[in-house]
Formats: sequence, structure tokens, C-alpha cells
Amino acid sequence: MLLVSGEPWIRWNWVGSHLGRIWDALLQHIVLTAIAIGVGILIAIPIGLLAWRYRRTRGAVLASTGALYTIPSLALFALLVPFTGLTTLTSEIGLVTYTLLILVRNIIVGLDGVPDEVRDAAVGMGYRPFRRLMALELPLALPVIMAGVRIATVTTIGLVTITALIGQGGLGSLILSGLIAGFPTPLVIGAFLSVLLAVVADVSLNLFQRLITPWSRA
Amino acid sequence: MSFLQEVGQWFLNPVHWQGTGGILNRLQEHVLMSIAATVTATLIGLPIGLALGHWGKGGGLAINVANVGRAIPSFAILVIAVQVVGIGATPAFLALVALAIPPIVTNSFVGMRDIDPELRDAARGLGMRENAVLLKVELPNAMPVVMAGIRTSGVQVVATATLAALVGWGGLGRYIVDGLANRDFVQVFAGAILVAVLSGLAEIGLAALQKVLTPAGLRLRDQPLKSAAIRKGAPQAEPAS
Repeated sequence: MLLVSGEPWIRWNWVGSHLGRIWDALLQHIVLTAIAIGVGILIAIPIGLLAWRYRRTRGAVLASTGALYTIPSLALFALLVPFTGLTTLTSEIGLVTYTLLILVRNIIVGLDGVPDEVRDAAVGMGYRPFRRLMALELPLALPVIMAGVRIATVTTIGLVTITALIGQGGLGSLILSGLIAGFPTPLVIGAFLSVLLAVVADVSLNLFQRLITPWSRA
Repeated sequence: MSFLQEVGQWFLNPVHWQGTGGILNRLQEHVLMSIAATVTATLIGLPIGLALGHWGKGGGLAINVANVGRAIPSFAILVIAVQVVGIGATPAFLALVALAIPPIVTNSFVGMRDIDPELRDAARGLGMRENAVLLKVELPNAMPVVMAGIRTSGVQVVATATLAALVGWGGLGRYIVDGLANRDFVQVFAGAILVAVLSGLAEIGLAALQKVLTPAGLRLRDQPLKSAAIRKGAPQAEPAS
């Protein structure tokens, strides 16, 4: 494919002389994603448990996280910028918000999927609600919850690139600088590495899930 | 004057509503581009998904392609499209179509596969030809899931069209991108509100369309279908990028 600029897709000597910068961008990308997923899980677990336990709150919880989910990421970041500035905090608030719907929904669906017979058996064996949750319901829901974590991670890795516009961005900053300079190499590298990162994260989370849920063959 | 009052003033200023850079024109650009991209993606993705689902082949491929699609940041697709076709409306259109196709293909495939095989057998047993099986039995039954894919794509297209301001095209994203460049946060905020409202409307509109197009007999089954799809790891709504 010919490029408009007449530049080759990649100039390897640029890559060679900018390895440090590429590495920093990759690390920042991983850190931004990890914080978002970690904080997202910490917030989603109590919300998910409450919405699952108290059915009446469920509609409201899913509707509000769903509404936040509809807001385009660039707009969400833009709505926060006047208040929290061009900071990591702005990026993280936006990124965490997006992980919530996926995580909360999968926690609810996962817990709902626990077979009634199993729950009845536990009740019959004298398990109290908290022990039932920890020993039975959460482990059985784990494959679905982990599926949510995977989707949230892959999605967040893509969204981090957009935070380049508010001065963060990890690999997105490489893409943006390539766009501004009309120089394809950094943007091709940035795009390629973010896809690679998403695939690696997805595969490793899948392996991790198999390790911690040896009983499931999902 | 507080920040929100300034934003209010921005909206009340008639200058911001008129001309090429005015809200009305930017809104029109955004809506027309989104419709064009979503319709084109449906025309391409729907036949592929339905055909794969009807013959039950290539499903793994369809799902994998969609998963890879999810991993590619829309920002990157947009920027790479610019490198290939130059700046303006064309790269924006191409990138939006490319983004919108995968959810439509996977959902129409999954929707077709989820149909009770007995329905298909019954239709064949009644002497229906393959075309009739597809159009009169499979498609109506798959409609809720198919439409969910189109809805996901449509909302995502509206969202990503915002980013297209970065590649020299118009649309409502211009306010955010230009505002960020000039540190004019009032304009950034106003643009973000416009974009958020439009995405909300797109979601509501497509949800209504989904409801209308779902055959009456299937409406009651909507909810269980949805959770079954989540359990199988089928594609769900993605956040808009």
C-alpha cells in the first residue's frame, strides 16, 4: 500500500534510536491499564454484590453504568478536564468508569448463573450467606467474572491510546506524535504494540483463569 | 462567573450556532457520517454473518476477527487510514466502516447459531427452500441479536466520529479537539456535552429500532437471550471510543 506522505511504513533506524522512548510509552500504557483494572475491580465487586443481593437496586445500577458507557471516551475525558486538568487522575477516572459496566454486569450474571440446586444443597448443609458466597458462589461465578476482566482489560488498552489527547496516552502518545509530524513510523509502532499488548494480556488472563479455576472447562 | 455559567453562555451565543463551524452544521456532518458508515457496514457485515451462520461454517474465524478488531484501538485505525488515503472525510468514513463491521458480523453469526435447530428442521420439513428458511425463519428469530450488533456498531460509530476531528474532518469532535489545542476548556466542555447527548440519542434510537424490528413472539425472550450471550463470551456492547 502506498502512503500519501511517500514515507515508508517504518524507518527502522528511527526505531533503533528511540527504543528508550518506545519502552517508556509501553510501560506507561501498562501502568495506566493496570491501575484502571485494579481500581475498577475494587469498585465493581461491592457494587456487583449489592446489585445482585438486592434485586431492586439492580436496574438502577445497570442503567447508570450503562449510561456512562454510552458517553464517548473523548467526550468523557473532555468533561473531566475542566475539573481535574490534563492529569493522570482525569485519565484514570475515565478509564475506571468504562471498566465498571463490564465488570459489574459480569459479576451479576456470573452469580446468577450459580445453579439453584448447588445453592440449595449449601443451604441444606448449613452454610450461612457469607460463607456460601465465599466458598461457593464466587468461585462458581469466577469464569464469567474473569471473562469480564479480560474484556475490560482489552478495551482499556485501546482506550488508553485516546488519553494521549489529554497529555497521557502511553503508546497513544507515539501515535499522536506520528500523526502531528506526518511521520508514520511512531504511529505504526504505537498501534502495533498496543494491539500486541491487548493480545498478550488477553491470552495471559485466559491462562490465569484456567489456573485458578481448574474445575471449569469453559 | 462560574465555569458552568460560562458553558451556558457559550451555548446561548448565536455565533456558535451559525456557519460551517456552527453547532447545526457540525451536528449534521456528524449524523450524516454516522448513518452512512453504519449503513455501509451493515450492508457488508450482515450478509457475511448471516451466510456464515446459515451454513454454520467459519464461526471461529468470525469471532476471532471481531476479537482482534476489539483490540485495535479505533484511534490507531483512524490514523492509519489517514496515512493511506490522506486527510479529510474519506479516511474517517473508511475507518468508521471498518470499526462497525466486526460486531455486526459476530452478532449476526451468533444470532443465527443460537436458533433452535428444531425450528430449522421444521421449516425444511415443511418444504421451505433454503432462501425461505433463511429469510422467514432464521432471520426473524435471530433479529434481536442481529440488531444488538447493529446497535453496538452504530453507537460506536457516533463515538468514534468524534475522534475523526483529529484527522481533519468536521463533526462535533472539532469542538473538543480544537478546544484542547487552544486550552479553551469552555468549548471542550460544551463539545463534550453535545457529543454525549448525541450518543445517548443514538443509543435510545437504535434500542427503539431493535424493539420495533423484533418479532412480537420473541420480545418476551429478550432478557434470557442477552444473559446467555454474555455467558458464552459473545460480543457485548463496547465502550465507545
